[in-house]
Amino acid sequence: MQPTSHADSHGHDLHHEMSFWRKYIFSTDHKIIGLQYGVTALLFMFFGFCLMMMMRWQLAYPGHAVPIVGNLLYHMLGSDMVGKDAAGNVGVIMPDLYNSFGAMHGTIMVFLAIVPLAFGAFGNFVTPLQIGACDMTFPRVNMVSYQFYFMGGVLMLASFFIPGGAAQSGWTSYSPLATVTNGSQHPNGQTFWILGMVCLINSSLLGAVNFITTIIQLRAKGLNWMRLPFFVWAQFVTAFLLLLAFPPLEAASVLQLMDNLLHTSFFLPTGLVVSGQAMHISGGGSPLLWQHLFWFLGHPEVYVLILPAMGIVTEIIACNTRKPIWGYRSMVYSILVIGFLSFIVWAHHMYLTGMGTHIATFFQTTTMMISIPSVIILTALFISLWGASIRINTPMLFALGFLPMFGIGGLTGLPLGFNASDIHLHDTYYVIAHFHYIVAPGTIFGLFAGIYYWYPKMTGRFMNEFWGKVHFALSFICMNLIFMPMFIQGMEGMSRRMYDGGSTYLESAGVVGLSPEIVHLNVPISHAVWLLGLAQLPFIINFFYSIRLGKKTNSDNPWEATTLEWQTPTPPPHGNFDKPIEVFRGPYEYSVPNHARDFTTQNDPDKQEPIIHGNPVRS
Amino acid sequence: MEIPYAVKPRPDTGLYNAKLGIWLFLASEVMLFGALFSSYILLRVNAEEGTWPHHWLNIWLGMTNTIVLILSSVTVVLSWASLKMGNFKRYKFYQGITLLCALAFLGIKSFEYHDKFMHYEVHLKDGRIADGHKQADSTDKILVLRGRYVADHKDLMEGEVHHEEEPRIEIPMDQIATMENYGPWHNTYTAIYFTLTGLHALHVIGGAIVIFFIWGPLAKVWHEDPERYTNRVEVSGLFWHFVDLVWIFLFPVLYLL
Amino acid sequence: MSDTHQPSAAAGAADEHSLEDVRKHVRTYIIIGIALMAGTLLTVWASLIDFGSREYNIAIALLIASVKGFLVVGFFMHLISEKKMIYSVLVFTVFFFIALMFLTLWSMAHGSIIHIR
Repeated sequence: MQPTSHADSHGHDLHHEMSFWRKYIFSTDHKIIGLQYGVTALLFMFFGFCLMMMMRWQLAYPGHAVPIVGNLLYHMLGSDMVGKDAAGNVGVIMPDLYNSFGAMHGTIMVFLAIVPLAFGAFGNFVTPLQIGACDMTFPRVNMVSYQFYFMGGVLMLASFFIPGGAAQSGWTSYSPLATVTNGSQHPNGQTFWILGMVCLINSSLLGAVNFITTIIQLRAKGLNWMRLPFFVWAQFVTAFLLLLAFPPLEAASVLQLMDNLLHTSFFLPTGLVVSGQAMHISGGGSPLLWQHLFWFLGHPEVYVLILPAMGIVTEIIACNTRKPIWGYRSMVYSILVIGFLSFIVWAHHMYLTGMGTHIATFFQTTTMMISIPSVIILTALFISLWGASIRINTPMLFALGFLPMFGIGGLTGLPLGFNASDIHLHDTYYVIAHFHYIVAPGTIFGLFAGIYYWYPKMTGRFMNEFWGKVHFALSFICMNLIFMPMFIQGMEGMSRRMYDGGSTYLESAGVVGLSPEIVHLNVPISHAVWLLGLAQLPFIINFFYSIRLGKKTNSDNPWEATTLEWQTPTPPPHGNFDKPIEVFRGPYEYSVPNHARDFTTQNDPDKQEPIIHGNPVRS
Repeated sequence: MEIPYAVKPRPDTGLYNAKLGIWLFLASEVMLFGALFSSYILLRVNAEEGTWPHHWLNIWLGMTNTIVLILSSVTVVLSWASLKMGNFKRYKFYQGITLLCALAFLGIKSFEYHDKFMHYEVHLKDGRIADGHKQADSTDKILVLRGRYVADHKDLMEGEVHHEEEPRIEIPMDQIATMENYGPWHNTYTAIYFTLTGLHALHVIGGAIVIFFIWGPLAKVWHEDPERYTNRVEVSGLFWHFVDLVWIFLFPVLYLL
Repeated sequence: MSDTHQPSAAAGAADEHSLEDVRKHVRTYIIIGIALMAGTLLTVWASLIDFGSREYNIAIALLIASVKGFLVVGFFMHLISEKKMIYSVLVFTVFFFIALMFLTLWSMAHGSIIHIR
């Protein structure tokens, strides 16, 4: 662990012009690295979404060839994975391919898209700026953490093209299925998945060390803990979750790798029989051990997915309500409590493993407890809107949309957190709806909000407002059309991960099953998914178009925000600030009475009386 | 652009950046090895009666390795103290011993691993079980072991036998139903043994490489910026102590219990 | 090119490490080192004694290991005089590790070592 580069010890900038490779590819500047994470993550998000669009075709029209790409799939992936329909057209997604798509959709979205975008991209780009620092404490470690992420992504993508295809055992990779599937040839897609995960975990660990050290050590003068923007608190807690929760999954991955490649039996029980044949293994292992180690990460991971988005939404709400955030201190304590509790709730993902009632009660209790700080944060954000002069712009629309959507997602988690009701809802579409509400119209809306919000700082131009609003409206409507019906499907008992969309379980004369209406809901849901895909086109075009042709901001601080990232030139140069930064006040000094402007930046030396946090009466 | 507090500590935290960084990293390593230790405990507790082996590892080799690592921990901290006192030559000396200890540890470990891979459990077609170390004069047709015959697989769980004193056994290969060496695949004990010690050994190698790099190629930094150099030595030393700490627990858990 | 620098320059990093302190610490390191070696011999010796039940052997071995571990962490890694920031991180880490181990065992032990009915 070497502190900083050799060149830095010489004190001043050696501003020799760096080559393209050193400046943009092998950069150690947190802003470039943040952009690298961002672009890569968005590409993966698009790819993961394409996997889902194809899966939804199979769910809505089982046994029909996928249009447009069916032929391509057949030629790329072979006849094991892609079959023919009744009319002889190639392009039908076979069960193994459906399972691959499902496992990889989850893996890619969680580990290659959302976390790198929320933590790697936004965290890297904004955090040093918001604390008044010139970069991260360990810039070269930062570069290496991106490279690990990239390698992990390459491994995951490559796994589609090896014999046996990509991993097929869910993003949760439960043993023994994960060891016995994908055919008998090794290394197989599951091996690539494991190796990819090891790369991604190492990337996150290095990133976490960097973030925590930076936030503790490089805060500007006067920036004490309770003056930190909530976004920085969110990244700080997220970093701790990654630091301490990921290693057990890395350990478990090594163990599963050994099961797959070296024929050990860490997770394989004695007497395992596969396809009628007893496996030649030593036995003595425990499938439940994998589940514990996986979910020990898995639960904190979902907080990693949501906390940065809460941070982004808080910044945007404060700025566009022109008021301090209500209950800032409560929100800070709540996020610390969430971070702590998230480590001891994991087995609520395992209620149906036969653990026994005492321990299930323990986990149920901690799970109910953790909902309290989450509600506090959401409530504080809602109350922050009270009496506000709300400026409606695209970032604010996404931030406002986040609030009820996260509310629905969070509240629908409660029946899952209760052991008894979870018996009925476990592993159904209800679960899918619950977590997608949190991540899709929840986190992703927060991330879109962040992109629209900080785009002017990166480029000096606004993204187009009209198309931003179109993007918001269509996305909001489609996401609700997709996931709301899934609650109903789940409550009626429709299981997850069914290749044929549930038609095997259709009720018939004398046989209880799913009603045709429920199964038929697959069709409008799928149509909404494809419409959601189309709705992203204005965003993609807007993103690229506005780099050169967007409306210019003519200001370093176009949103008139109080936080430090807006005190840099646009875009911020290497080293970020052109003057030393000293902070004199909290992060949300908006609409302070008797001030000329309706905001006071954190580093404005104009020493007015400090404001007590609460709801200042507007003069 | 100079990153603040890379060398001088920040007043309110009292830390320089790399020190905080390495402790955070070590916290994550505690969770990594902690998960593996938890797995070990779980697998052992849930093992059927009479299926968990004892004393399959040579206690004296393990004890030697423990002493070697403890010695290296002492020399690592003495080398840092020497730098603090401005004595570069003594630092070089002590850190050199640290590196020699690392090599000794890895050498002994390799010998132990090799021993396990040479140890075979052979199930003959007539139902007998032979167990011993494969000798150099085995051929394609005849397997030569120095070992013993046992009636039941469970008789192999107690490993207090001294293999050098065992007789030579010759087994024609066509009488063998299955044979397997004591690699990770053999049972859950060897699996967790190889995983824990293997991962630990990787950390020994990694730590030794970093310490070597600072000791050798980067030694010139001492003359340019002694404080920065001393900090690097301290930080790599902290990692090394952690590696020693893990072994302090691995030794009794795997070798003695 | 001298191999010896003014001690104060090298010792500037942390105030409590004055030259005299470091010299005293050297003695401490060597004593702790000897204690650790002795602890190792003790562990091996104790494992060869039959205390009746296996549980006792396990407990004693882990106890000695914990003491050795404390010595390494406390003195060699200077945790005993380390800053609050580091302590807090480690306290939480140890708590989460124990939670992982204990809760996993509780959920999976079928009455063998943890009797909770």
